[in-house]
Amino acid sequence: MTIHTDDGLATYNFAYLDEQTKRMIRRAILKGIAIPGYQVPFASREMPMPYGWGTGGVQVTAAVIGPDDVLKVIDQGADDTTNAVSIRNFFAKVAEVETTTDTATASIIQTRHRIPEEKLKEGQILVYQVPIPEPLRFLEPRETETRKMHALSEYGLMHVKLYEDIAKNGHIATTYAYPVKVEGRYVMDPSPTPKFDNPKMHMSDALQLFGAGREKRIYAIPPHTDVVSLDFEDYPFEVQTFVEPCALCAAHGVYLDEVILDDKGGRMFVCSDTDHCEKRREGGHRGHLAGDARETAQ
Amino acid sequence: MTISEKIARGGFADPVFAAQTVFRAVMDAMARPGAVHGVSTDVRPPSPLNATAAAVALTLADADTPLWLGAELARSDAVRGWLSFHTAVPFAEFISHAGFAIVANPANVQPLSGFALGTQEYPDRSTTIIMQVETLTSGAPMTLSGPGIKGSRTIAPHPMPGHFKTQWRDINGHYPRGVDLVLASENAIACLPRTTRIGEREV
Repeated sequence: MTIHTDDGLATYNFAYLDEQTKRMIRRAILKGIAIPGYQVPFASREMPMPYGWGTGGVQVTAAVIGPDDVLKVIDQGADDTTNAVSIRNFFAKVAEVETTTDTATASIIQTRHRIPEEKLKEGQILVYQVPIPEPLRFLEPRETETRKMHALSEYGLMHVKLYEDIAKNGHIATTYAYPVKVEGRYVMDPSPTPKFDNPKMHMSDALQLFGAGREKRIYAIPPHTDVVSLDFEDYPFEVQTFVEPCALCAAHGVYLDEVILDDKGGRMFVCSDTDHCEKRREGGHRGHLAGDARETAQ
Repeated sequence: MTISEKIARGGFADPVFAAQTVFRAVMDAMARPGAVHGVSTDVRPPSPLNATAAAVALTLADADTPLWLGAELARSDAVRGWLSFHTAVPFAEFISHAGFAIVANPANVQPLSGFALGTQEYPDRSTTIIMQVETLTSGAPMTLSGPGIKGSRTIAPHPMPGHFKTQWRDINGHYPRGVDLVLASENAIACLPRTTRIGEREV
């Protein structure tokens, strides 16, 4: 099927990509699922957006999506930022799918750098946009070497890096793109999500797919798969904690963004997951800066 | 019907959406090993190729993926012609060169370790074997565990390759190298990726 413009001319295939490209990406996705955490090379295409704007995630979504899917796109947890809005509009146009901001009703969630706070369910697919898929790249720039290190399961260098963190800072100072080991075999970059989200990858009910467009890699974590953040016995993995709750919805135990309010040091902490925050406020939860609608009107 | 009529007929009526639907079934099945996913397709391949295996081939195979056919299928000019016409696949001469393989009778298949297992550096360069089975639920039960399976899952395909459990344990031992199986009955599929372990215990 082709998508038609108003004048009746066919312009592109359903979901933008041609069928041969979809088959190539689909084969890569299947091998990625069969070898969890292994980065499958794929012939990434040019997309109508620049590298760094989620071309990998968009290609994975385009290869997977069907007319019955409901798509949600988030950027740093938010549904309403430029990247999220434009990718959502892209698929509404080229695949004519329904879109949503509601985590629970989405069948496919494409994400840039967050995992939703709401627990994902069986049958949902989380598609990550990945800038640099190789967790060892900043330690070893040569692809030939990192490939050999994965082949031999030789990950000592990564532990040295985490150890140097401790030696310099007294704790593991890596806070995002925190390396994980998948099913006891491959060390994997979870994309630049805050390490706060790492535990959500472990034994998730949802299928997790990762697409890196510029670096031409696809990888995957099937549901119910062991995902362990690297650490040491005496310096166990810990997630970020926040002293204050969300200033708008008073949520504890969620990931918060710091928002600067003025140039006198004023700041507030709010949920990075906008859908979660809005639902809580609809449910009557109020943070100390939430105000209320009547006040705003005045 | 002449052989050229047999070859030209029976492909996807609506290739874009049919391929997407079949792919999602295969992806879900690969992500949840042993779970049986119904596949309804309008594909009508020449016998002995079954409709489900044919639909999976139309969805995933093309000019970039050498295809190897088991003896029963390779003997049929209609099957070879049909697959060539609808997918443009080249046929692999050796099982170790196959991106995909289709086997009509798994009981006769070559040893699994002879297929492309990939390399330690590129374990993805390995054969996906599509095996036609009569049933996914009423053969000898096998208990599965591994990624994609919460606890354990039981599947009972028939027929399967000789000494399958021993062969599969051998494949498991090569990890991350290995082969991935798509089991295709007349109207459903189930997958066994290389990560799936088969328990000793038969229920």
